[in-house]
Amino acid sequence: MELIQYAWTNIDVLLARTVEHISLVGVAVGLATLTGVPIGIAITQSERVARVVLYVASIIITIPSIALFGLMIPILSVFGHGIGYVPAVIAVLLYSQLPIIRNTYTAINNVSPALREAARGIGMSPLQRMRQVEIPLAIPVIMAGVRTAVVLNIGVMAIAAYIGAGGLGTFISRGISQSDPRQLIVGAVAVSLLAVITDYTLLALQRWLTPKGLSRSAGAGA
Amino acid sequence: MIRLENLTKIFETQKGSVIAADHITMEVPSGEICILLGPSGCGKTTTLKMINRIVPPTSGKVFIEGEDTSGMQTEDLRRNIGYVIQQIGLFPNMTIEENITAVPRLLGWDAKRYRERARELMDVIAMDPNIYLNRYPSELSGGQQQRIGVARALAADPPVMLMDEPFGAIDPINRAVIQDEFLKMQQALKKTILFVSHDIDEAIKMGDRIAIFRAGRLVQLSEPDDLLAAPKDEFVESFLGDDRALKRLNLVRVGDVVSSDIGTVNPGDTLATALKRMDEYGYQLSILMVNEQNEPVGMVPRSVASLTRGYCRDHFQPLPGTIHMGDSLRKATSIMFAEDTTWLPCIDDNGKVCGQITQRAMTRHLGARFRAAARTATAPATGA
Repeated sequence: MELIQYAWTNIDVLLARTVEHISLVGVAVGLATLTGVPIGIAITQSERVARVVLYVASIIITIPSIALFGLMIPILSVFGHGIGYVPAVIAVLLYSQLPIIRNTYTAINNVSPALREAARGIGMSPLQRMRQVEIPLAIPVIMAGVRTAVVLNIGVMAIAAYIGAGGLGTFISRGISQSDPRQLIVGAVAVSLLAVITDYTLLALQRWLTPKGLSRSAGAGA
Repeated sequence: MIRLENLTKIFETQKGSVIAADHITMEVPSGEICILLGPSGCGKTTTLKMINRIVPPTSGKVFIEGEDTSGMQTEDLRRNIGYVIQQIGLFPNMTIEENITAVPRLLGWDAKRYRERARELMDVIAMDPNIYLNRYPSELSGGQQQRIGVARALAADPPVMLMDEPFGAIDPINRAVIQDEFLKMQQALKKTILFVSHDIDEAIKMGDRIAIFRAGRLVQLSEPDDLLAAPKDEFVESFLGDDRALKRLNLVRVGDVVSSDIGTVNPGDTLATALKRMDEYGYQLSILMVNEQNEPVGMVPRSVASLTRGYCRDHFQPLPGTIHMGDSLRKATSIMFAEDTTWLPCIDDNGKVCGQITQRAMTRHLGARFRAAARTATAPATGA
């Protein structure tokens, strides 16, 4: 009861932090999609390059977020952005690369050789094949990768509060430092709810983007 | 017209070079279907795919309608060649209409023209455009999908079509139907078609010519009947199977073997007349009875005619069957075997008797072709 009361009295702050959180993750994953999808498509051309790129992306994702923030402080301080918004976005952007690149790569590679051959055989150029056949077919799996990245990074972004990036993590960090379970729990529950709701919203978006002729079950693979 | 000149493909593998197609030179005249036939790995598919550069040739040239294609842009070349593959390869994200109009859209036709073309093609493949144009490939059966595959290949009205085992993945019943439809369509469209198959029966049914491949080489290029009658070597002979004489039954029409010299009786003739006529013509067992319109109605057996008095109309028996002039010998043989008879009356389009076909005449006709082939094969040897 006390918790709900606390959340209700601080609803304006809670909402502001939520919007902040969403915009941080949104900008970062949006940028990550803009880089990750082209990289995922590009590496289908060479298996060796693909192995290296996926390996590097896997290493990045294993670095604990708090360590990554620490590593970035001295580097970004050179540009005057050692803490705050910029390192938070960069960290999320880096963490998002693996699920997005891997899913894009897998999805494009899994387009059946027969379809590729048919597309070549009727005289589509490589770009036309990509745009009209391969990407539309890959959309469900690429979107599944974006969803994974978003949900994963809603969690990561909570920790970015420690480097002053704001977001819902602020409640958690203050709750710990002030030994205030109300703030701690409200922050944690809000982050969890945000992750679940975002995932379902993106799932709806994924279904809407999936070409009608494809079965819904093609969305698995994240 | 398609002409291949010394078309060669060498694959470089870790174990060394593999010659997949070795100096293939052949020509398919306009409006004909040429079947590329052979066991797997013989080079037939490689040869086909070199024509539209799905497999880039190592050397050699391809001429279409007399024009050397080596100067053409790959995409332009492919848009002018219809291409049908065994896996069909319809784009699942596109509607049937979008699939069919893929090539016209690549060629930059305006929307009105390619939409009309889509409806036209649906008529050609006998599918209702109102029902199917807005559906997706996954909503269609395999046979329907391959009809759409053929329609897509025909969309820009290319003079030449390449078909890689197009009906191989369709169940046998539907395959026969779609083959018949395709042949009917081809009679009207007169495309020049190269068609890969590993099925000898399909080749005989579909092909104006058959090219037999073995280990990257073109072994024999003949019309089906010549191929069956005179295989060039033991490999071709074994590939055709030891029932190759029977396979020719499909190729020969009843009209080629029919004997118009047939004795008949009318219902009003006496049995004595029937007996006399049987002796005249040398019929051992029975004679055909026809009505005034010369339509077959029954037969009078010798046993009845020689022991009974009266008129044919009171003593005839039903016919075992009749055969149309345009039917294949295979059908005639089937009726004969089923009805235990050695002859059948032949009828024309109006149902009138125009002769008869006997087992003896059939074996003589088929055998003559083999004897001729054997003579030409041995003649140079004895002369040398």
